[in-house]
Amino acid sequence: MNRKLKDKIFQFFIYLSVSIVSFVLLFITGYVLYKGFSSINLDFFIRLPKPVGEEGGGMVNAIVGSFMIVGIASLFSIPLSILTGVYLSEYKNEKFANIVRSSLEILSAVPSIIIGVFVYGLVVYPMKRFSLLAGSIALSIIMIPLIARTTEEMVNMVPTTIKEAGLSLGIKNWKVIFYIILNTAKPGVLTGVLLSLARVFGETAPLLFTSFGNRFWHRSILDPAAALPLQIFVYAIAPYDDWNRQAWAGAFILIIIVYILIIVSRRLVLKYK
Amino acid sequence: MTNKDYSNKIFKFILKISAIISFSILVLLFVVLLKHSYLAIKTFKLKFFIDTTWDPVFEKFGALPFVYGTLLTSFLALIISAPISISVALFLSEFANRRLKEFLGVIISLLAAIPSVIYGLVGIFVLAPLMREYIGPGIQKIFGFLPFFQGSVYGLDYFTASIVLSIMITPTITSISTELFDAVPKSLREASLALGATKWEMIKISVLKTAKVGIIAALLLGLGRAIGETMAVTMVIGNVPNISLYLFSSGATLASVIANEFTEATGDLYLSSLYYIGLVLLLVTLALNLPSKILIKYLVKTK
Amino acid sequence: MEKVKIKIENLSAWYGEHQVLKNVSFDIYENKVTAIIGPSGCGKSTFIRCINRLHEVIPQAKVAGKIYIDNKNIYDPDVDPMEIRKKVGMVFQQPNPFPTMTIYENVIIGLKLNGFKDKNKLNEIAIQALNEAGLYEEVKNKLDSLATKLSGGQQQRLCIARALALRPEIILFDEPCSALDPISTAKIEDTIIKLKQNHTVIIVTHNLQQAARVADYTAFLFLGELIEYGPTNSLFTAPKMKKTEEYIRGVFG
Repeated sequence: MNRKLKDKIFQFFIYLSVSIVSFVLLFITGYVLYKGFSSINLDFFIRLPKPVGEEGGGMVNAIVGSFMIVGIASLFSIPLSILTGVYLSEYKNEKFANIVRSSLEILSAVPSIIIGVFVYGLVVYPMKRFSLLAGSIALSIIMIPLIARTTEEMVNMVPTTIKEAGLSLGIKNWKVIFYIILNTAKPGVLTGVLLSLARVFGETAPLLFTSFGNRFWHRSILDPAAALPLQIFVYAIAPYDDWNRQAWAGAFILIIIVYILIIVSRRLVLKYK
Repeated sequence: MTNKDYSNKIFKFILKISAIISFSILVLLFVVLLKHSYLAIKTFKLKFFIDTTWDPVFEKFGALPFVYGTLLTSFLALIISAPISISVALFLSEFANRRLKEFLGVIISLLAAIPSVIYGLVGIFVLAPLMREYIGPGIQKIFGFLPFFQGSVYGLDYFTASIVLSIMITPTITSISTELFDAVPKSLREASLALGATKWEMIKISVLKTAKVGIIAALLLGLGRAIGETMAVTMVIGNVPNISLYLFSSGATLASVIANEFTEATGDLYLSSLYYIGLVLLLVTLALNLPSKILIKYLVKTK
Repeated sequence: MEKVKIKIENLSAWYGEHQVLKNVSFDIYENKVTAIIGPSGCGKSTFIRCINRLHEVIPQAKVAGKIYIDNKNIYDPDVDPMEIRKKVGMVFQQPNPFPTMTIYENVIIGLKLNGFKDKNKLNEIAIQALNEAGLYEEVKNKLDSLATKLSGGQQQRLCIARALALRPEIILFDEPCSALDPISTAKIEDTIIKLKQNHTVIIVTHNLQQAARVADYTAFLFLGELIEYGPTNSLFTAPKMKKTEEYIRGVFG
C-alpha cells in the first residue's frame, strides 16, 4: 500500500474517531434531555414517590436529599481539604507532606463502591442504621483528595514574589497565606471545589449502602435518605413503566446540574490562568 | 512579640491536623476492609478466586465468575476504546487548532462528567434493545462462526457492558494521551517531516514512538477505571454469576456483585465474602492505577 | 559626621552549601541613598534580603554575622523578624502588586493586616503614600480599580506606595527599574531621591549610571565580598581597588 494512501486512511480514522466521540456525547445528552423533558411535570418536583405499582408521584425527597447529602459532605470536606492543600504547598519539602500526598493519590484511586463498603463498615454497621450522615461521610471521602490536590496545585501556582511582597510588609506568615495567597488562588481553588461537587452529585455506588434511599422524607440526618442518582438507579431497573419514565426525569435534572457545575468551573479555570 | 510565635504555630498545627485526618482515612479504609474480610479470607484463602460456585444459600462462595466478568468486560472495553481514544488525542495534539481543541476539550470533560447511573440508564433503554434487535443479530450474521458471538443475544450482557465501559474510559485515556503527545518536543516532529515523512509517518515515528511508554500507562489507567466501574455495568450486564464464552450472555463483575448483593447479604460469611471481593477489587485497581500515575507524572514533567 | 543607621558586621549568607556573602562589613548612613553594585551573582539581592530578614525564609538559607539597626542587632534571638520587616520596606525587581486587590487595597493592605483599623487614618496614609510615590495624581480617580490594570511603571510606584504606607525608616530597592521603560525609570529615580529626606534608602542596581545619579554612597560587591565602599563620586571617579576600576570601566559584569 503506498504511503499516501496509508496517510489518508489514517486521517480518515482520526476524523472518524472524533466524530464517534462527539456523536456519543451529543446523543447521550440529547436523548436524556429529550426523554427527561417529556417526562417531567410539576409533580416531579413537589411530590413524594407513590407506593409500588401506583402511577404518578415525584422525586422531591430525592432532589432535596441529594442537596442535603452533598451539602453536609461539603461542610466536612471543603475546609478540611483546602487546609490540607495549603499544608501540602507550604510545607512541600517535609517528609510528612509527601506521605499525605501519596495517601491522597491512593485515596483518589479507590473505586467509589469500595468507599461505600468502607463507610458501611465504619459508620452504618456500628450505628446499626443507614443514614444521610453516612452518605455524606462517604461523599466527603471522595471529595477530599480532589479538592486538596487542586488546592495544592493552585497555591503552588501563585508566584513566590507575591508571598515575598506580603512578608516584606511585616505581615504574619499565616495571614500572608490566608489573606493574600489563598485569595489570589481563589478562582483555581473554587474550580476544584466545583469539579468535586459535580463528581459527587452524580455518585450512586457510595450511597447504596450508606444513605440507602428512602421512599419518604428522612426525619433527621440519622435516617436513611433518598438521593437523586440512587432513585434513578432504582427506578431504572424496575419493571414499571411509570418508574422508568421518572428515572428519565431524574436523569434530566441530574445531568443539567452536573453540566452547569462543569461549565462554570471551566470558565473559572480560564479566568485564573 | 511572642504573639507571632503562637499564631503561626497554631496555623501550622491546624494545617497538620487536617493533613493527618486526610491520611488517617486511608489507613482506616484498609483496616475496615481487612477486618471485615478476614473471615472469608480465613475460610477460602486464595481458592476464592478459582471457585466458580457463588451460592449464598449453601454458603459456598467462589468469585471466579466475577473475576471473569470483570476481566472480560474491562479488556474488551479497553480494546474498543484504545484506538478511538488515542486517535482523538492525536487529533487534539496534531491536527486541531486552538478553538477546536477547546471545543473538543469541553466535549470530553462533559463525557467524563456524566454520572455512571445515566450511562446505565441509556444503556438499558437504548443500547440493550439495539443490541438485542439489530446489532447483535447483525454481528452474528457476519461473525457468527466465531465462538464468542454465538448464543442468544440477551441485550443485558457482557458485550453491552463492554461498550458502555469503553465510552466511559475514553475521556481518561484521551486526556492523558493528549498531555503526553503535547509533551513531545516540536523538534522531533520537524525532524521527521524534514526527511519527507507523511503526516501519518511523522506521527508514527516521532510522536507515538516517543510517547509509547506513557500511552501504555494511560491504557492501564483506563483499564483500572473500567475495573472499578460499578453502576453502569450493574445496570447492563444482567447480573448472573455466570462464566460464559458467549459475549452475548449475561454475567457479573466484582463491582456489580457487591452493588447487587451487599445490602441483602445475610450471614457473616456472605458479607465477609463480599468484603473480600471488595478488598481484591481495591488492590487490583491500585496496582493498575498508582504505578501508571507515577509514570505519567514523571513523563509529563521531564518535557 | 553622618549618623550610622545600619551597621553591617561580618555578614555571611548561604543557600544550602553555597556561600553567597562572605564577611561583609560596612556602615549605612541615615537619610542617604546607598547603592549596591556588582556583577550578576555577586550577592547584591541576597545582601538586602538579609537586612529585612527575608533571606532566611527560603528553605536551606543560612545567615551569620550581625546587622545593627539603630544599635540593635536584628539577628538577636529575641527579635521578631516581622517587626523588622515593618521597619524595613522593600520594593522588588518585578512589580508585584497583589493581583486580586484594587489600587487602594494594595496600598493599605500592610496596615490592615497588621491590625490597623481606623478608616480615616488609613485614607490619609494611603493618599500620602501615593503622593510620596508620585502616583496619586494619576490614580486618584480610579483607586477602586484593580491594581493589575496599571502599566508596569505605575505598578512599581504602587508597590513603592504600598511599602511607604507602613512608614518604614529604611527602604530597600532591589533593581526596581530593570523591568521598566526609561520614563518610568526616571520617575522612580526622582522618587528615590526625594525619599531620602525622611528615609534611609538602599538600592541594588546593575546600572552604574543609575547609581551615579541617585546614590550618595556606593558599595561594590564581587563574588560575595565587599571590595570597596565610599561616597559615590569618589568611587566612580577615583576607585581605590583595581577590581572596582575594572568593573566601572566595563571590563566584566
